[in-house]
Amino acid sequence: MSMAWEVVIGLEVHVQLNTRSKIFCACSTAFGAEPNAHTCPVCLAMPGALPVLNEAAVDKAIAFGLAIGAELNHRSVFARKNYFYPDLPKGYQISQYEIPIVGRGHLDVLLPDGIEKRINITRAHLEEDAGKSLHEAYAGESGIDLNRAGTPLLEIVSEPDMRSAVEAVAYLKKLHALVRYLDISDGNMQEGSFRCDANVSLRRPSEPFGTRAEIKNLNSFRFLEKAISYEILRQQDILEAGGKVVQETRLFDANHGETRSMRSKEEANDYRYFPDPDLLPLQLEEKRIERVRVALPELPDARKARFIEQYGLPVYDAAVLTAARELADYYEIVATGQDAKLAANWVMGELLGALNKAGLEIDSCPVAAEELRQLLARIADQTISGKIAKEIFEILFAEGGSVDAIIEARGLRQITDSSAIVAMIDEIIQKNPQQAADYRAGKEKLFGFFVGQVMKASQGKANPDQVNALLRERLQAQ
Amino acid sequence: MELHQMGVAELSAGLRNKDFSAVELSSTLLQRLRQAQDSLNACITISEEPGLEQARAADQRRAQGDSAPLLGIPLAHKDIFCTRGQRTTCGSKMLAEFVSPYDATVVQRFQKAGMVTLGKLNMDEFAMGSSNETSFFGAVRNPWDLTRVPGGSSGGSAAALAARLLPAATGTDTGGSIRQPAAFCGVTGLKPTYGRVSRYGMIAFASSLDQGGPMARSAADCALLMDVMAGHDPLDSTSHPQAAGRFSAALGRSVKGLRIGVPEEFFGEGLDPEVAQAVQEAIQWYVREGAEIRPVHLPNNVHAVSTYYVLAPAEASSNLSRFDGIRYSHRSGSAVDLQDLYLLSRYEGFGPEVRRRILVGSYVLSAGYYDAYYRKAQQLRALIREDFRRAFAEVDVIMGPTTPTPAFALGAKSADPVAMYLADIYTIAVNLAGIPALSLPCGFSKAGLPIGLQIMGNYFADELILGLGDAYQRDSDWHQQEPGWEEQ
Repeated sequence: MSMAWEVVIGLEVHVQLNTRSKIFCACSTAFGAEPNAHTCPVCLAMPGALPVLNEAAVDKAIAFGLAIGAELNHRSVFARKNYFYPDLPKGYQISQYEIPIVGRGHLDVLLPDGIEKRINITRAHLEEDAGKSLHEAYAGESGIDLNRAGTPLLEIVSEPDMRSAVEAVAYLKKLHALVRYLDISDGNMQEGSFRCDANVSLRRPSEPFGTRAEIKNLNSFRFLEKAISYEILRQQDILEAGGKVVQETRLFDANHGETRSMRSKEEANDYRYFPDPDLLPLQLEEKRIERVRVALPELPDARKARFIEQYGLPVYDAAVLTAARELADYYEIVATGQDAKLAANWVMGELLGALNKAGLEIDSCPVAAEELRQLLARIADQTISGKIAKEIFEILFAEGGSVDAIIEARGLRQITDSSAIVAMIDEIIQKNPQQAADYRAGKEKLFGFFVGQVMKASQGKANPDQVNALLRERLQAQ
Repeated sequence: MELHQMGVAELSAGLRNKDFSAVELSSTLLQRLRQAQDSLNACITISEEPGLEQARAADQRRAQGDSAPLLGIPLAHKDIFCTRGQRTTCGSKMLAEFVSPYDATVVQRFQKAGMVTLGKLNMDEFAMGSSNETSFFGAVRNPWDLTRVPGGSSGGSAAALAARLLPAATGTDTGGSIRQPAAFCGVTGLKPTYGRVSRYGMIAFASSLDQGGPMARSAADCALLMDVMAGHDPLDSTSHPQAAGRFSAALGRSVKGLRIGVPEEFFGEGLDPEVAQAVQEAIQWYVREGAEIRPVHLPNNVHAVSTYYVLAPAEASSNLSRFDGIRYSHRSGSAVDLQDLYLLSRYEGFGPEVRRRILVGSYVLSAGYYDAYYRKAQQLRALIREDFRRAFAEVDVIMGPTTPTPAFALGAKSADPVAMYLADIYTIAVNLAGIPALSLPCGFSKAGLPIGLQIMGNYFADELILGLGDAYQRDSDWHQQEPGWEEQ
């Protein structure tokens, strides 16, 4: 590369709010029903039907706004975005345009190199989702399923503050964690409850923004990273060949790991936005905002601060452990009554390592937090050593079961009987007279050799502290 | 007096006294509706069997001791109100086959009150028109002169009432669609305060202007209908929490001390002298009864028609997008792909006036034109509203003509949309402001055509203006004149 390009990324994230009913009618939002089972005159856009705003969706938007320290607009306006598509029954989508419910806010994101970066959020607005077109099941025809039509979405628009795919992924993960913390969305990416469009452009540092391409509908962290990485190379090739990036919408093809042009700016719709006359402007009273504020759960940043304070954890540990609500909950169970730092090491090391290797998320972890706590308790009361504990953890992870049952069944209880340990030590010294003599002559390094021999003889069960003390004593004694 | 000549109040008394049954009454009117169809074309659908079924149910309710005031009284709905199990066409080929799966709130409220629905009334296509000539189901004729229009868009309602086919009907008013046909046909119609009558199930033309209302042969009858029709509807977000009222109980008021505003802007160029005279005489009746006249100014009324013809088409262009040929509306048989399906279905399904307004509406909302048209029109709308606010600080009501001329001839303005739009020059500002207004008969032209007086009130003054209309009608018989359409 001739000279460094700076990558500029902004994300638009669509979060499906987990209300029981749709945003403008009483139909269920449950996923996976028979096509068109969850529809009514309103979401089918029958003539004469009118929307009525679901107040629960508004409360969830308020909660989000409060969580990102945003300005909430006390008066926001629903608008119509007009375009024709078969799965858009009214011929327009009800959204918010000029005045969204959530104004400027921000999210502080911990990057993998340990640096925290502030990503500004431009706005977040309420809108309705469209239905689905089904092309596969019908030869030469298309089916329309309007179950999803009218499910509430919060569209969260960031500033172009991210400078790499890694930053974009970190931001998206933090946002994902936040909506799960707030319980405003199930965050299910496979079912499309949390999806993202990425605006990507390149520029020379300190120059104005370059022309951007928008990559639509990325529904996993991995796809986001791959799509951006591909897009950076594509734009770089164009620019370095002296060409110009075209402003356009692109789709990410996950099978080929590349983005493809969908439509250019010229082909873009004129949505003819205007305020929806069927809905009054949305007024937020201070009382209502306060009611939501009081009911907010502990948020990631507050929880991180508490972890540092209450458990004496390093900043990095606290950040990792509070990155997801489920992980933080898990940690707090493990740490109850145990050494907090040891608990953190176990959760971040053994547990996350095993999950990562198995491709699992914390909410489908095969080891219950209570079992991991029990494991740490057995280390603390010297029933087992740390080394044995790791073996037990592997068994727990692979086969399940309880810590105590595994210790008993497999005879893994630690040997703390001094006379038994002394017997083992004496036998080993006897078998290795030369090494014992060398040690006594000043070859201190050989101590490790003896420890190893004892641990081996005890199948790892001898208490390491006792082994150290007694070994020194016996080696000196002879 | 024969059954068909009686108004709502008389019929209510007759049914209560068991002078006749709801079935007898409905049978009589169904026969008249059928007979008048060839000359007037007031109905799109006549609901013979369902109507008689409802009448039988009403008689049964009465036998069981139900004494609801409107029980057993027939009406018909403008075909813009969705009726379950019965087609609802909105006067359009687009919905010629459409059967709604649900009832409009207004339809439901009248049903619950025991009223009997005898049919669906003709109207301008999607309520876009001032002459009822844009209906896919053919023009309606004015019972006072079959060569003239009944007005629109609620032309079927007005014609059926004037011809004594029905004692009551529903209408909708976006820019004058209740009042202008009421004036042309010599009947009484109220455009209520925006938000008092639910819009749920009323097919939208321009949502911020549309308002359903009662049409009958007297203000007192309109009040009885409003008792049932008005009320808060949780299914309509623009429905007012205090929409309900006791309209009939507010009748019988004195006119003494009433301050009437008479805006000079409503008596200028373009006003037919015969209309001006009849309206001035009606206003003088109020003065004789103890009211006083104060001049008021509505300087921005001059912008009302142009403001309206930006805002109404803008909203309509979006409201009518749902008629796309995908689900229930007309679908072209000759489309080869999706784009084609949209274009052909909508081209075939909509008539020229509807297409014109969709084009205008899409234009004024499009990028680069929004600020020049839509936003500017919203600003003018605020000025028009402000005109009324200032006026109502000085007066209780504003009076003037409903229309500049009596009913014009069929075909006279069909080729000139702007001339047609100007037929609503006195009615449109009321919709832009959202205030209530009543039109009632106040005389006839030399040619024997009815003339309408318009009484405009402040927000929620619906009871007041109905009471003032009723006071006038207790002392006049313009509203009791019957057209001789059967002899024409």
